Amino acid sequence: MVTTLVASRVLRRTTALFGTLSRAGSVTARDLTAARHTGYWLVVLSGFLEPVLYLFSIGLGVGALVGEFHLADGRVISYAAFVAPAMLAASAMNGALAETGYNFFARLKWENLYDAMVATPLRPIEVALGELLWALARGLIYEVAFLGIMVALDLTTVWRALPALAASVLVGLAFGGLGMAFSTFMRSWQDFDYLSVATFALFLFSGTFTPADAYPDALRVVVALTPLYHGVELLRGFTTGALNVAMVGHALYLAALAVAGLAVAGRRMTHLLCR
Amino acid sequence: MSSYVAPSPWPVFYHRWRLYLNTWRGSVFSSFLLPVMFLVGLGISVGSYVDDSALGMPYAHFIAPGVLASTVLQVAISEAAWPVLAAFQWVRTYHAMRAAPLRPIDMVGGEILWIWLRAGTSAAGFLIVLTLFGIVRSPVALLALPAALLLAVASCAPVLAYSASIRRDGWFALLFRFGVIPMTLFAGVFFPVEQLPLAARWVAYASPLWHGVELSRAATLGTPTAIGWLGHAAYLALWAVAGYLLAVYRYTRRLTD
Repeated sequence: MVTTLVASRVLRRTTALFGTLSRAGSVTARDLTAARHTGYWLVVLSGFLEPVLYLFSIGLGVGALVGEFHLADGRVISYAAFVAPAMLAASAMNGALAETGYNFFARLKWENLYDAMVATPLRPIEVALGELLWALARGLIYEVAFLGIMVALDLTTVWRALPALAASVLVGLAFGGLGMAFSTFMRSWQDFDYLSVATFALFLFSGTFTPADAYPDALRVVVALTPLYHGVELLRGFTTGALNVAMVGHALYLAALAVAGLAVAGRRMTHLLCR
Repeated sequence: MSSYVAPSPWPVFYHRWRLYLNTWRGSVFSSFLLPVMFLVGLGISVGSYVDDSALGMPYAHFIAPGVLASTVLQVAISEAAWPVLAAFQWVRTYHAMRAAPLRPIDMVGGEILWIWLRAGTSAAGFLIVLTLFGIVRSPVALLALPAALLLAVASCAPVLAYSASIRRDGWFALLFRFGVIPMTLFAGVFFPVEQLPLAARWVAYASPLWHGVELSRAATLGTPTAIGWLGHAAYLALWAVAGYLLAVYRYTRRLTD
């Protein structure tokens, strides 16, 4: 009797989970259908170009002036190999924020797309989850291509690139959650200026171009709290092969951020859509 | 007799000024904070790893005039992009101006005057920052201001023509990703163009930004430029004149439909 009860409960939970995932998937499928025109893909593809150009300009161009670069553990790598994982992290950040920032906001505020969605069996959290999956898919295109370039330039190996790819998905997940939570609080598109200020500051000061250890103490403490820093450190550990225990902490931080961002976005969307 | 005001670019300039009074806060970031962040994040931070003897100067001194020129480029092109498309397409300010006694040539002239003010103040602000950082020491550096104005008109005039020829702002994303950003990264701002492979080097030489960077670097460092300052100035003037004529032509075409 008890076992039947437990079994039916587990079954109910499992089907509920599958229901959530399949409903979230239908949101992702809508995004995919809506993206089927060339203009959109041209913008998506050209977005991939930016970190690659930075890699060539700063990594290789300025790298020629820097010469060899000494890591904290004493190993010597090229400056390009030092900068490349940071560009990958920035690419994952930008890819995720491009979808969950401005595009998400437009659907929420102007297109009233989510108003239509919550009139179906979709719950707000499922909408958020579906959009997050889409942002991850878009980011994945950038990340695979960028890692391909890194392998081609001999800045990492295929075996190091594979775990780095998984880690870059985690970075995208964290920034996707964060971007969506942020977008639900925006009043107008002018507010997105703050987002671009913040992402640019993160881009320059997250241990991207120089090791964060070399920053002044006050800045180092602030930087250690920001998400891109953890992404950069995690990816650099994988692509340079300098694995260390701190990477577990970086991964946990990013995972916590993703969950928190998604939870806040879900709650805010319930508040905005189900009044 | 009613006072008749002869058509001139100044009403267009004044219109931009009045609009700017509402939105100036956002521009403080792009025209001031951004170059300072570049200077600190790359010039000083990465600079501490650069061997000074390779460039013959500290790295921050090398990139400072480059960042100055690329900020001018960024400001000039942004001002000639979205606000101009808006005036044609979304707000249709130009159509209202056309109905007044303003001619297309006044609109192009007014936009350039306005862009000169924006680019000139950004360049002046950044020069003050460079003085505070001890990178600029000689009054000769003030010559970076006329260089900035020349670069501003050389880069904004063709973009005015571009904005007058398109109908959707998606084209600006392409202009920035395939024009402005590659120029900023490879036209001698962050590292000498001599390091580029030959083909890429010629593309850099053809870009207006490289000539602007050479001029402003000559001003802040007092170093000779690659082909003489007159050569760089003449090349930028060529871009300015060609862009101006094209812009007047495209404005006239678009407003007489």
